[in-house]
Amino acid sequence: MTATHAIMTPYGRSHRQDRSSQQWPLTVLGLVFLAIMIFPVYWMINSSLQANSGAATTSWIPLHPTFAGYRTAIQQQGRNLLTSLIVSTGTVLLALLIATPAAYGLARFRLRGMRWFVFVLLITQMIPAIVIANALYTLFNNVGLLNSYLGLILADTAAQVPFAIILIRAFMASIPPSLVEAALVDGANDVRAFVFIVVPISKNAIVTAALFTFLGAWGDFLFALTLTSTPAVRPITLGIYNYLGANVQEWGPVMATAVLASIPASVLLILAQKYISAGALGGAIK
Amino acid sequence: MAAVQADGARGTGRATPGTADSRRRRRYSRDLTGWLFVAPAIVFVFLFFGYPIIKNLTMSLQDYTTTTFFTGFAPWVGFSNYAAIVTDPIFITTVANTALFTIGSIVFQFAFGLGLALFFKRNFPLSGFLRSLLLLPWLLPLIASAAVWKWILDQGSGALNQFLGIFGIAPVPWLVNPTVALISVIGVNIWLGIPFNTTILYSGLQAVPEQLYEAASLDGAVGWKAFWHITWPSIRSVVGVVVVLGVVYTLKVVDIILGLTGGGPANSTQTLATWAYQKSFVQFLFGQGAAVSNLLIVVSLAFALAYLYMTRREVDE
Repeated sequence: MTATHAIMTPYGRSHRQDRSSQQWPLTVLGLVFLAIMIFPVYWMINSSLQANSGAATTSWIPLHPTFAGYRTAIQQQGRNLLTSLIVSTGTVLLALLIATPAAYGLARFRLRGMRWFVFVLLITQMIPAIVIANALYTLFNNVGLLNSYLGLILADTAAQVPFAIILIRAFMASIPPSLVEAALVDGANDVRAFVFIVVPISKNAIVTAALFTFLGAWGDFLFALTLTSTPAVRPITLGIYNYLGANVQEWGPVMATAVLASIPASVLLILAQKYISAGALGGAIK
Repeated sequence: MAAVQADGARGTGRATPGTADSRRRRRYSRDLTGWLFVAPAIVFVFLFFGYPIIKNLTMSLQDYTTTTFFTGFAPWVGFSNYAAIVTDPIFITTVANTALFTIGSIVFQFAFGLGLALFFKRNFPLSGFLRSLLLLPWLLPLIASAAVWKWILDQGSGALNQFLGIFGIAPVPWLVNPTVALISVIGVNIWLGIPFNTTILYSGLQAVPEQLYEAASLDGAVGWKAFWHITWPSIRSVVGVVVVLGVVYTLKVVDIILGLTGGGPANSTQTLATWAYQKSFVQFLFGQGAAVSNLLIVVSLAFALAYLYMTRREVDE
């Protein structure tokens, strides 16, 4: 019984549908719960559209919306958004380049010792990022990777690669071996079989992994905080943090920056929606 | 076994499949291929997890400060970094905060998550739609969430105090009063964890066969009884995974705390994770920072092993 199964099967739908007409009060209650849970998201957007957010006059509804906050945000943080985009994209590419073959190797060859590596991958999920940052700071200092795109990409990839492998491997393990073997009989070698058969079949899992890697790298705060110190390479998360460090008087631009920082995740999620199998996620968690 | 057979099927006529020697050689080359696929990942994990963990251990036994970066010299000091940490006046505070933060977050995240999962399982109109909107906060980077909450909890003009003001409640110093700040930070972390808990527990609930409830209702087990005798035993393994993952992730939290309070006021929201950051990157006492990090690893690892033990048992089932 996997999570995939659970999510995909609309259990007992018909049994329940005839009762549904009496259940509108539950919908109202659900709306109340949801309103409480997503109020901060609403408040972020609401404040970003008000010029003098921060004075005691922030109204509950943006009756006179202004984009002044966004103008300030783009002036001050536009460059940092670009930095985040470069770092996150680089991380996705590097992480997939490492994770996809590894996932295949672990799923298909099942050699002695590989079980151990999967175990190690699970353990890495428990290691606090501050531990990594602590040691990487001295290492990067020695090799000149502080305040660089490459340094952040490497650190972010390190943090994201284990989960990407676990996720893709869970899917690849379900590919029938006969598919690959047929190609091998036809004369393809393992690399060709991997590139032309396994990768296309695993597209959904790979896209899902790419999305999670992007979100992880985009949202990374600790590596940005510890491994960069100059404005030259400063991800947007650190841009937001620097706002918070000072005593904030004007929340409009801060909230506008927060909105801008949330847009890539939203866009990607919408674009990748049809590829994302909740099941892949469920399989990886177990 | 299957691997050997697959290999045999691949005999393309160059060598007669069957002789022990050629089979062994092909087996060897096949193993090598397998390892080559995994090799980059192994190197990467060693470099970025293995090395830092070892480095962290040695650093914690050295007097590693900013001068080390210029001189390259860090004298060995034995366990004096650990001694300095444990005798630090805020050590007890930090450990207590970490425990309160973790336990408080997990208990309430789980309780609300389970409540919402059970609620959404009732399949009322729009339940699927509302449930998916619940994930909306996930789109915000953690530090953006921290920024929004810092604004909402602002004492002077934050939304929460504005709202409470309607009922005549005096402004609460959510983030600036040492007694209230930890509660506020825990509250925000609970808010963050609810969507995750709801989602995983909901999928766990969906996996409970409907027939069980039908059979039980014939025996008169409905409502609480049905929950206690059917739902809970069925989702117990999912509960274990959610709780342990929750603990491990909560122990690591830095973004939210640094964004909301920076560990203050007066260290009232300092946890082991933020303290490790303060030691290394604010006070530049890398040795002591490493020592705190190692304490954190030990605690996380204890829970990690519990988690692995549980998942393994689940796989065996």
